[in-house]
Amino acid sequence: MKQSRNRSLSILFQFGGLILSLGFVTVILLLVDANPIQAFSLIWQGAFGNPTRIANVVVAWVPLALVTCGVLATFTAGLWNIGIEGQITLGAIFTTGVIRLFLNTSVNPVLVIIIAVLAGVVGGILWAMLAGVLKVFGGVNEIFGGLGLNFIATALNIGLIFGAWSRPGVASMSGTEPFPEIYWLPTVGSFRFSWYSIALTLIGLVVIYFLLQNTHFGLKLKAVGKGIKSAYRLGIPTWQYMMLAFLVCGLFAGLAGALQVVAVYHRLIPAISSGYGFMGMMIGMLINYQAIWVAPVALFFAALNIGGIQLPIIMKLDSTLSGVMQGSLVLFILLMQGVQQRVLGKK
Amino acid sequence: MSGDFILLGLAGVIASGAPIVLASIGETISERAGVTNLSLNGLIIFSGMMGFWVAVETDSLFLGFLTGALVGALVSAIVAFSSITLKQSQVAVGFILAITTRDLAYFLGNPIMGRQGPIMLSTPIPLLSQIPILGPLFFQQSIMTYASIILIFIVWFWIYKTRPGLMLQGIGEKPSAAYVRGANVGRMRYFYTILGGTLVGLAGPLFTLSVKAGWKGTITGLDGIGWIALAITIFGGWNPIRVAFGAYFFAFLQWLGLVLQSSWTFIPSQVLQVAPFPLMILTLLLVNLGNTEWVARLLATLPDGVRERVKKLIRSLRSQAPAALGTPFERE
Repeated sequence: MKQSRNRSLSILFQFGGLILSLGFVTVILLLVDANPIQAFSLIWQGAFGNPTRIANVVVAWVPLALVTCGVLATFTAGLWNIGIEGQITLGAIFTTGVIRLFLNTSVNPVLVIIIAVLAGVVGGILWAMLAGVLKVFGGVNEIFGGLGLNFIATALNIGLIFGAWSRPGVASMSGTEPFPEIYWLPTVGSFRFSWYSIALTLIGLVVIYFLLQNTHFGLKLKAVGKGIKSAYRLGIPTWQYMMLAFLVCGLFAGLAGALQVVAVYHRLIPAISSGYGFMGMMIGMLINYQAIWVAPVALFFAALNIGGIQLPIIMKLDSTLSGVMQGSLVLFILLMQGVQQRVLGKK
Repeated sequence: MSGDFILLGLAGVIASGAPIVLASIGETISERAGVTNLSLNGLIIFSGMMGFWVAVETDSLFLGFLTGALVGALVSAIVAFSSITLKQSQVAVGFILAITTRDLAYFLGNPIMGRQGPIMLSTPIPLLSQIPILGPLFFQQSIMTYASIILIFIVWFWIYKTRPGLMLQGIGEKPSAAYVRGANVGRMRYFYTILGGTLVGLAGPLFTLSVKAGWKGTITGLDGIGWIALAITIFGGWNPIRVAFGAYFFAFLQWLGLVLQSSWTFIPSQVLQVAPFPLMILTLLLVNLGNTEWVARLLATLPDGVRERVKKLIRSLRSQAPAALGTPFERE
């Protein structure tokens, strides 16, 4: 009885957070003399107005859902894997490197794609483990180690695009030379999404759900996240579990980066991580680290991103409004959670 | 490379280091009180945009800086409210604010992109500016640069040499003890978080009205500086003078990158610009290594004479965070 009352109260507070963030964005829009209703409906239209746009939302959903799955592992272990952006980038770099290696060989393209994606996964894992090693053995907080590694990954990426892997003739911000079509992940009709990407994402969602909910591994990870000292006293090898959390997160991030290359861009571009890593962390906080909510909330965020593209075209507004909406939503929900705890007293 | 060229470059380092000094000293104050303000990166971009906007509309540098300071105070007040009053995770709220204020800056700043704004000129100090070498280096700067240099010593003096400063150390190290001795921990943390945020907020306009004059949206070149300032705070061991040294060192590296860029054209410019970041990781590694368990174990195996010397070296590098950093204070 009491539990259900608390539950409905909690929903009420979350709804309050949603209303507050909508109000905030409305005020922002009024500040720049824009019609909020027009902006909101434009975003809706931009995301779901026609089949191509819906397909684009799905394209954005894939990496977003994957990285969110990844950060749930590190969040559960109490780690702030801000280095996730770099881990996506390294995944993309490794994948591109492997495809370039096989470009003019007679190796079966399907095999090449598989090896390339696996290499991307390895790249993500390596970069994540680096942040982990710095944390565990170097005492460098994972937030700052990760940030530094993000900048290095970006530099490496741009260095390759303008240096060793530059287009013959002129290097440019448009990225490396696109691969021949045989190395693309097949897409559906004229749309940009691929069933393979979606299948991999769905597998990832199921795996992370069961890993965190139903296994000893998940339980121990939670114990580490709740408090390293007490977990250690319980006999859990804490640093090994922290490294495993980094490994799982790097795996998902690397896969996301790999798929961006083989399924979406077919080349390496400067902004290959597209900020999906940070967005995934925001989603993780918003859903209170519960795996069951990853798919729908990632879809919502992806829709905001794709819908926001219409803003500069039609209303001469900057598309970063999507980011403001996402950010204020997470902020107000979190604040309302705090208000709720304060009003009702801590459970 | 002539002497004049180097002197001019180093004077530029003092100037371009000034906003980084403001930001990292502001963060130092906040963290000394026990509150990590992780919003820095977005906060600097947002205050820079708002300060520039107001300065363009009013043609007043003063109002531009005032706006930046107010933005800084407001954003850090959200951090303070959510962490002190609502007891939410400082890291979570700070991270969300870092992302959201950045996006907000790019969104609201869209219409003023590329506008011509006022630029703060240097104010040479009579007589002092005539001293060879030191004159051009320190006494031909802008007012804000002078202020940032003076601030280093004021904050240092405040923290280590005054009674309220001692209290400030107390609420960051052992808030329960400070509470027993009569400190209102919550109120003081609010005060120092907002004060620190105000200083960070001044860094933004110092970029857009002086060091990197103008607002050019995402290519204004402010993205990343806040994260660096946060790392510098750790590198500086929460000691204002060491923090300032870190800030100038970073500015120096950036200048070096620019200089080398013209002679080392085979390296893409973007790569040289991030050279400070691996160094940042290395320095964080150096200052933290002494705190790890395996180093302590390794040290125990060394012969006595060597061990003492190595220990001394590690201790001189090591920096330790205020003990209660990031944890909410609960009265028992």
